[in-house]
Amino acid sequence: MGVRADSVADGTGLEGPPPRRQRGGWFVQVLRESTQAKVGLGVLLFFIAVALLAPWIAPYSVHEQTGAVYCPPSPRHPLGCDDGGIDMLSLLIVGGRTSLIVGFAATFVAMIIGGGIGITAGYRGGWLDGVLMRITDYFLVIPDLPLAIIIAAVWGASLTHLIFVIALLLWTTTARIVRSQVKSVRERVYVKRTRSLGAGSSRIVFRHVLPQIAPLLIANTVLTVAIAIFDETALSFLGLGDPSAVTWGSIIEFAFLRSAISAGAWWAIIPAGLCVAFVIMGCYWLGQSIEDALNPRLKVAHLSPRSFRLRPISRREDAE
Amino acid sequence: MRRADYVIKRTFFAFVTIFVAITLNFFLFRVIPGDAVSNLARVPHATPALRQALEEEFGLDKPKWEQYLIYLKQLAHGNMGVSFANQEPVWSNLKTALANTLPMVTLGTVIAIVIGLITGVLSAWRRKTKLDHISTNVAIAFYAFPTQWLALVLLIYLSGFLPSHGMTNDFLLNPTPWEHFKDVGLHMILPAMTLALTLYGQYTLVVRSSMLETLGEDYVLTARAKGFTQRKVVTRHALRNAMLPTTTLIALSLGYIVAGAILIETVFSWPGIGSAVYQAVTQRDYPMLQGAFLVLTVSVVAANFVADLLYFKLDPRITE
Repeated sequence: MGVRADSVADGTGLEGPPPRRQRGGWFVQVLRESTQAKVGLGVLLFFIAVALLAPWIAPYSVHEQTGAVYCPPSPRHPLGCDDGGIDMLSLLIVGGRTSLIVGFAATFVAMIIGGGIGITAGYRGGWLDGVLMRITDYFLVIPDLPLAIIIAAVWGASLTHLIFVIALLLWTTTARIVRSQVKSVRERVYVKRTRSLGAGSSRIVFRHVLPQIAPLLIANTVLTVAIAIFDETALSFLGLGDPSAVTWGSIIEFAFLRSAISAGAWWAIIPAGLCVAFVIMGCYWLGQSIEDALNPRLKVAHLSPRSFRLRPISRREDAE
Repeated sequence: MRRADYVIKRTFFAFVTIFVAITLNFFLFRVIPGDAVSNLARVPHATPALRQALEEEFGLDKPKWEQYLIYLKQLAHGNMGVSFANQEPVWSNLKTALANTLPMVTLGTVIAIVIGLITGVLSAWRRKTKLDHISTNVAIAFYAFPTQWLALVLLIYLSGFLPSHGMTNDFLLNPTPWEHFKDVGLHMILPAMTLALTLYGQYTLVVRSSMLETLGEDYVLTARAKGFTQRKVVTRHALRNAMLPTTTLIALSLGYIVAGAILIETVFSWPGIGSAVYQAVTQRDYPMLQGAFLVLTVSVVAANFVADLLYFKLDPRITE
């Protein structure tokens, strides 16, 4: 995490690319220091594992009736059935798979758009930077969900469209973060030296700039996954998802439309929302721990009853 | 930068954003191939006369740039077209809806900000204590719950005690103004409470982290060394400065408020702009959808503009 070490040494010409801290790199470091990060990663891995194994662990098929309409939880159907007599647990497992695919794919697209714009703007600077950042600003202010709704409504409902619509909403924050980081890394002495040694733009960006901003980019990616999954449920709920796909969002939508509430069938609604919430919380815990580790200002507290610490004066703080 | 320059710059930005939204609106509905409005004229088995009439009504026979100019001109006269669903002018539909939405959304947001400020400040002050852990994780949970799901859960458990549908009781005949006010107020509790709960988590987290940053500043240490009580240091020195990033982030969360309003009004059938959007989506009422998007964008841009001016007032350093 050379981000802060360099700010002290900048200009002295003494620093090279930041040294790898201790064993295992920064990610292991974050995991070792923060329980929150461990829990977050654990939750995410659990849901990813369930999604990968979905065809083998789902107890029933999601296309045939295996129980009574809105039958309550029982040993045969641990989470009851939905309005078509389909096993809820199987729906959750299969739906989670689609929801996660949409979430990750949308984030991937958003990262490519946002990262590309951020790197171009930050690295090139000048008028291109100005133009790209103005465009980003406008998109940042236009409210997300209404924009997604009109695009999805005009474009038609399918999973691929859903992925691109969500990605179109999420690239702005990434673009801003990446741009400001690239701008600061670009001015560092070692980057200037690499350039004077004859390295081309792409080499500098991929070998020297990207590794520097990787932790922040990964934290941002993880947090973006959370928002993407949240948006998927919202758009599906408004009837803008793929009508034939089972996702956590569509489970909530169908429960709402097919009067699960007046039937008293809480099991048709509550588990799906809890799954979404757990995935989002997992993302938040992991992403926030990485971001906190990158921000040394948060380590100082002059009023805290537990840990009264002074602001670090020298680089010794980094060595601990 | 002088004060006037700042205001002019922000005003210019606000107008350009609205213009971008208007243009997006035009492109999405008129220009992209197979777009909604061009499709209107392609009625199967339509007589040439009908097709021509439709093309003339929507100006499809003119070149795109001329259509764009006509669209702008109509908009400048306050004409947003006619709703497909009820044949009323879009603006008169939206006007009532907006008037219904505003009180509910304002109430929910104000409650969310108050709860968020209190819990956020307490968390940061007592950081790493049990109180902090509990309040932060509860906040993350409410941030993670899908809005529509939270609304449905409240509906399941509270619909026996509070009115859960619409804005007024239809069986209340000739109510006095006071009875009407009480009736609407009761109907408003559930939607406003849902909105407050979905928003407050985010605010707590934002307030907490910006408080943590200011609590690490040297002036807080100085204030403490001068012998101020902890309470005074927190409220007078730390909170005042922590409010700066908080204002910006609350302004940026306007998009979430709009999204929340759409989902919550759909669940509780609150006759506001969110329900209007939902109905426009299900009925494919494109003029309404277009109009609603424009109205929502203009409100968000306007609120952002106010926040910008407020920020200017709060932080005199911005002029330097």
